[in-house]
Formats: sequence, structure tokens, C-alpha cells
Amino acid sequence: MTAVPVHPTPEGLYCPAGDFHIDPVRPVPRALITHGHADHARAGHGSVLATRQTLDIMGIRYGADFAGSTQAAEGAIGIGDATVSFHPAGHVLGSAQICVEGAGPKIVISGDYTRGPNPACAPFEPVRCDTFVTEATFGLPVFRHPDPAGQIARLLSSRAQFPDRAHIVGVYALGKAQRVIMLLREAGYDRPIYIHGALDRLCRYHAEQGIAVGDLRPATVDASESGFAGEIILAPPSAMAAKWAQRFADPLLGFASGWMQIRARARQRLTELPLVISDHADWPQLQETIRETGAGEVWVTHGAEEALVHWCQTQGLAARPLHLVGYEEEPE
Amino acid sequence: MRAYATLLDRLSFTPARNDKLRLIAEYLRTTPDPDRGWAIASLTGGVELRRVTPSRLREMVASRVDETLFALSYDYVGDLAETIALIWPGDESDRADRDIPLSEVVARLQSMSRLDVPREIGAMLDRLPANARYALLKLATGGMRVGVSAQLAKTALAQFGDKPVSDIVELWHGLTPPYTDLFAWLEGGEKPVSAARAPFYPVMLSTPTNLDELKALQAGEHLAEWKWDGIRVQAVSDAGQRRLYSRTGEDISRAFPDLVEAMTFEGVLDGELLVRRAGTVAPFSDLQKRLNRKTVPEKLQKSHPAMLRAYDLLIEGESDLRRHPQEERRARLEQFVEALDRERFDVSPLISFDGWDALAEARDAPPAPEIEGVMIKRRDTPYLAGRVRGPWFKWKRNPYLVDAILLYAQRGHGKRSGYYSDYTFGVWSGNEIVPVGKAYFGFTDEELKQLDRFVRENTRERFGPVRSVAPSLVLEVAFEGLNRSKRHKSGVAMRFPRISRIRWDKPAQEADTLKSLEALLPSPD
Repeated sequence: MTAVPVHPTPEGLYCPAGDFHIDPVRPVPRALITHGHADHARAGHGSVLATRQTLDIMGIRYGADFAGSTQAAEGAIGIGDATVSFHPAGHVLGSAQICVEGAGPKIVISGDYTRGPNPACAPFEPVRCDTFVTEATFGLPVFRHPDPAGQIARLLSSRAQFPDRAHIVGVYALGKAQRVIMLLREAGYDRPIYIHGALDRLCRYHAEQGIAVGDLRPATVDASESGFAGEIILAPPSAMAAKWAQRFADPLLGFASGWMQIRARARQRLTELPLVISDHADWPQLQETIRETGAGEVWVTHGAEEALVHWCQTQGLAARPLHLVGYEEEPE
Repeated sequence: MRAYATLLDRLSFTPARNDKLRLIAEYLRTTPDPDRGWAIASLTGGVELRRVTPSRLREMVASRVDETLFALSYDYVGDLAETIALIWPGDESDRADRDIPLSEVVARLQSMSRLDVPREIGAMLDRLPANARYALLKLATGGMRVGVSAQLAKTALAQFGDKPVSDIVELWHGLTPPYTDLFAWLEGGEKPVSAARAPFYPVMLSTPTNLDELKALQAGEHLAEWKWDGIRVQAVSDAGQRRLYSRTGEDISRAFPDLVEAMTFEGVLDGELLVRRAGTVAPFSDLQKRLNRKTVPEKLQKSHPAMLRAYDLLIEGESDLRRHPQEERRARLEQFVEALDRERFDVSPLISFDGWDALAEARDAPPAPEIEGVMIKRRDTPYLAGRVRGPWFKWKRNPYLVDAILLYAQRGHGKRSGYYSDYTFGVWSGNEIVPVGKAYFGFTDEELKQLDRFVRENTRERFGPVRSVAPSLVLEVAFEGLNRSKRHKSGVAMRFPRISRIRWDKPAQEADTLKSLEALLPSPD
């Protein structure tokens, strides 16, 4: 009988052959990290193996000494009796799937991923494997993300209809912010985009990595006498509830997230302009990806596990939910 | 259908009235006939469709979607039409041919039989993207909620065509969807001639006043009468056609067949719609039970009988009295109502007074609790459409006041984004504080900033856009009346509550009690 190469523990997925954890939610001696979102990448591990960009992002967020030691993932790397390799996941800059090979079946841990084109990072690369560990944030058939260009067109047409209102869009600092910026630039919007201070360092890092974010300016009080009327401003969702939002002219609050597909969710956010823009795989992309990996067994983690497990079983695939704890739907 | 769906989506997330008007006007500008007319009809309640039941929709979706996946999805989304719209298998692309004109959708929904429902609706869903599927299903099930009243839609039409809204309201009941003749006029063509019998006549409205303002006027030049707490209506009876209109021109006849049956006159009456039992006017909450109904059970007609307390006579037989002086119309009104069923019609009595101070006294001691103040009308005024300042004044009774404790605050929209501006407050019930109402106006911009600061500094818990605060700040709340309510834990609901003062000085312990509020409730039926 072949050994299972990784298994769930309270800290996260653990690989005994290499004695390491993947995206552990508590400090561990050796961590492999898929991407820089705070619920996957935490500070305080003994050593961290991740892509160069993920390491940079963790350094920006937590300071240079966020781990005892770090190693940038390039090519196949032997750790104990296991061999690991990192492959682009298309989710955010630096995001990767982690492939683990050893004596047992070949396993790929997807981390978070999306399949649509994302000008802010490298596209997802399908990896053939025996067992595929997939996220399922949007793992229900009601989630079919519309074309993001159409969503940006809605933002721009609202701006044309209400030129006297400041259009503030709620975005997460890593990934969504840069995605929305790039979508605006692709739509030909070349005005300055004003950003909340919390987005500044990560946006600058994207620019350094060659992402053409264009003219970004701080949304500070003295930057605009007219209260940013007719401008587009990006801010983390928490800023909408802060006194920060009080400086704008009759602000129109938008919110960019895959959750905006669901009206009740959008209402909860008090948004006037819900934009369905996601950096996770939607239902058809989850299905397509599972097929492409050729995996005979699928493990489903964080999100709507039950529906995706059910679908896998109707396709004759062995599937089980992992019930890992500590991962949020979309971190703030 | 896609442009219509996009409009509905925007409207349902846009709280400000003026923004809604702008969105509707833009839709009317960019959408051709007859679709724009059907869109207006759907907003004004003018489309009669056979309602599709939820069970039919569930059958329909069961033939297309895995049962377990549908159940999990419905459980997550929580709304049947939305779940079906999102889960319906189909091409999600934005290709222009993936659309059906709204007029065609309406025609198909109108003509299909019950048995056709799954096939017809399914065929249309197959040709539409998700947000248009949602709009279609809401149209078919009658569950559209976008926060646009018929009145607002008419205002949008008026703005679109740069015409007075009273003209639109006056024409309205002679028009039928898709209103192509109306749009032709709004875009510069000929004004349609209203051929309808029993049309609505624009209502004369009053403006608020106070004792100081009144003292500048001659008391002897005015009539005064009680202002009753019902709803203002217009009863029109024209060659056998009878209609009861709200003051904005909504036809509410169907909800009041008992009153309509008694409209045995020829002419137009203006008055207050009330529920009255054994000669006593019932509280407003009793009238509320009869509003917004398509049909009224016999039992409710018996237990909550409707009547009209007349204020004015606009048309008598063939003669239009609107240009005649108030006093003359009043005299003719008294005669006119003499001939009608006394159970259903009477005339609002005049208050005799010899000066403004005497009227002030009368106002402070009204003969019935369902009086909300006095109306003051110039003896020589004609009946004028709209809210003209001068000839008619309303002088409302002072509001009730209660000292309540701030419990929760919610963030506002638009200019109030970023401010906690909607306040839920409560009063003492034993050692507990029970919520009794919610208010979001009555304070100045400066006070809003102070309240916002208080909320941020005294937050206990956060629930999405809502924060609970330490119960320490007393708000003086003004309101117009109190009703019993099963929906509120406290058992009471305020009418028209607003913040009248912030009592920074008053300790929460000294706020009012539920008992003292309950003393204001109307006696039980």
C-alpha cells in the first residue's frame, strides 16, 4: 500500500516525507507557501519556501524578518524524501500551486487560483497529477463570473452618468487592487487612479515587477479640492466604514468581488455598484481544471466543499472535503 | 430585456431619489418604443400578467439542473428567482443576439397558459444572460422590488419630457402601455387627448405654518377645519365610471369596494379616507390594514368599514367648480353630501374661531385622537393644483416626544457614506432596554458629525454595516403617533420618528420607559 503523501493536521496540510507544512495557519518549523494573502502566508515560521514574489510580498507585509530563513522556489527541490515544485496559479502576483512527489501518488495543492486572463500575474498552468487538492471558494453552480471587462464598463458608465460623484471601489490590497487597475487601463482609462494609503506599497511593488499600473496617486485630502468628484478611487473595504470615507464628494461606493454576484451579499456591503470581479475560479473553471489535471482523486478545501465533492462523485472521481480551518473567504 | 435588467439592477442598489430619476431618464432616452413603455408599465404596476408560481419554476429547473446542486445553491442564495437566474445552464457571453425585446417578453408572459410555463419561460431563459434572466423571473413572479413608486416613475417621465408632473398624472388614466402617444408628446409631438372617463384631477396641497406666521394674516378671511389622520383621496364618479384615487393619482378603487359602491353621485369629491365604526373614527393602523390590497375579504370590509370625510367639491354634475371660491364650494359640498349614504360620506366640520389664539386653543384640545391638527383655508381661494404657498395651510399638532437611548447605528449612503447616520433607539422595560424605533433625520450636519464620533468611540460590536454602542446616549425623539406592532419586540411602532434633540446632558438611567410609551397607544379593538 502506498503512503498518502500529505494529510490534514490542525496546522494545515502536512507532508511527513519532507517534514513540512503547506500554508500553515500557525507557526511551524518548515512552511511551503502558495501565495501572499494573509490567511495563507503568516509570519513566524522557522523557514519558508515560496516563489520570489511571494517572499517579497511577505517581507512588505510583515517586515524582512518574517521567518527564520527563506528560500525562493525555482525548479524541482528535494526536501527529505519528497520533491516539490511550484507552478503559476493565476490568482495574485507570485501565486503558485505546489506539486509534491515521493514514493506515493503525485499530488498538486492548488492554493487559490483562477483561470481567466489576469494581467497582474502569470497565468495558471495545469499540472497532471494523481491527487488534486482544490480550493472551492466559489464552488457552487450559481457562480459563473461574468467577463470582468463588462464589469469595468459598468463602473465607467456610472462615472459618466454621475460625474459629480466620487467613485470609490472597495478592493483587497493584494491582487484585486492591481487587477482592477489593470482592467481599467485595458479599458483605456488613463486618468490618474487615486489609492488609499494601505494599497500603496503593494501597488508600487507591482510596478517594480513590470506591471504597467500607470499613474497612481494618493487619495489624500489636499489632493483634490472638488472632493474627487468624477474620479475613481480604490480603497480596502475596511476604509469604507472608517472616517477616511468622509472626505469625498457624495461618494458612490462600489465593491469588486466574486461575492457581488449574490444580491444579499452586495446589500450587506451597502454598495451602490456591485462589481463581479473575482480572482478565484468559478464553477465551470473548477470543473475544467479538475478534468485537465487528470486526477483520479480530488480533495476539496475552503469554500463550498459539499457541492464540488458531490459533482466529482457524479463524474466517477473519488473526492472528499478536507475541512481545513483558518482560511477566510477573501481576507481583508 | 438586457437594458431593462441593467436599469433594474442599478435602481435596486441606488438609494437616492434624484439618482434614480437620472437612471430612469437615461433609460428612456436610449430605449426605443415600445420597450420603454413596457418598462414604465412594470414600474407603475400597469402590466397585468398571469403570475407564475414558485412551484412551477421549481419543476422547470428540476428538469435542467442536478437536484442536490440546486438545493445547495438555493440554500446559499436564499431567493428562488435569483438562484434559477444564476444556475440556469447557458451561454454567458455578451453577444448582442442574446437578448429578447421587453415587449416580446411581456407578450409571451401575457399569452402563455399555465401548462406552457416551463417550456415558454425555459425557452426565454435560454436566450438571455444572467441579469436579464433574473429580471424575467421577477417580472413573471411579480416579485420585483427596486424602490421605485409609480409616482417616482411619473416624475421621471416628466423630467425626461420637460413637462409638469401634474400633466402626466392628469393624463395617466387615459393611457395604456406601451404609452407610445405619451412618448411622442414628451419628445415634442402632440399632447394626447384624455378620452378616459373618471380621470384624476391634480390635488391641491397645503404648506405647513405656525402661530407667528398666522398672526400676520387676517383670521376672518379664513376657514378652519380638522386635519384627519387618514389618507387624502379623490372620489370621481363620471357617467357610471367610479374611481377612488390616492392624492398622487394611484387608482385604489379595488381596495375599497364598499366605499366605491356608495359613490352614487356624479362629480368629484376631495376628502380623507378613514375607517369608522359606530360613528367613531378608527386609528390609522386600522386603515393601513385595508391599503395596498388587490381584493378585500367581506369580513375585513365589515370589521374595517371605509368612509370618506369630504373636504372639497371639484366637479358637481357637469360643472367644474375649481375656479369658484372656497366658501362657495364649501356650501355646495354640504348640500351635495346631504344626498349621500351617511355611513360612507360626511363633511369635515368647520371649527368656529374668532382669532388665531382661539384656533390655537382648539388645536390643542381636538375632539378626537385621530385629528393631527387643523387646516386653514382662505375663504376666496380657487382650487389650485399642486402645493401653492398661501391659500391652504396645515397647522399640525405638536409631536409626541420621548427620551430614548441610542442602541445601534448604521452607515448611510451617498453624502452620508462613511457616517453612522441611521439610529436605532430603545426605552427601559424593567432592567432591559427594548428597541422601539429607528430614525435617520432631524439632526444638523454638525450634530451628525458629533453622533458619528460618539458611535465610533462607543462601539461594542460590529455586524457588517451596523454597530452596537454602549447604551449611554439619550436622544429626544419626536413622532406623530404610536401603533401596536407584532413585528417589533417592544410591541409598538412609531409613526414618522425623527431626532429632535441630542441629550448629551441626560443620563441613560433617566430615559423613558416602555410603560410611558404604551400609555399613548390607541385602546385595543
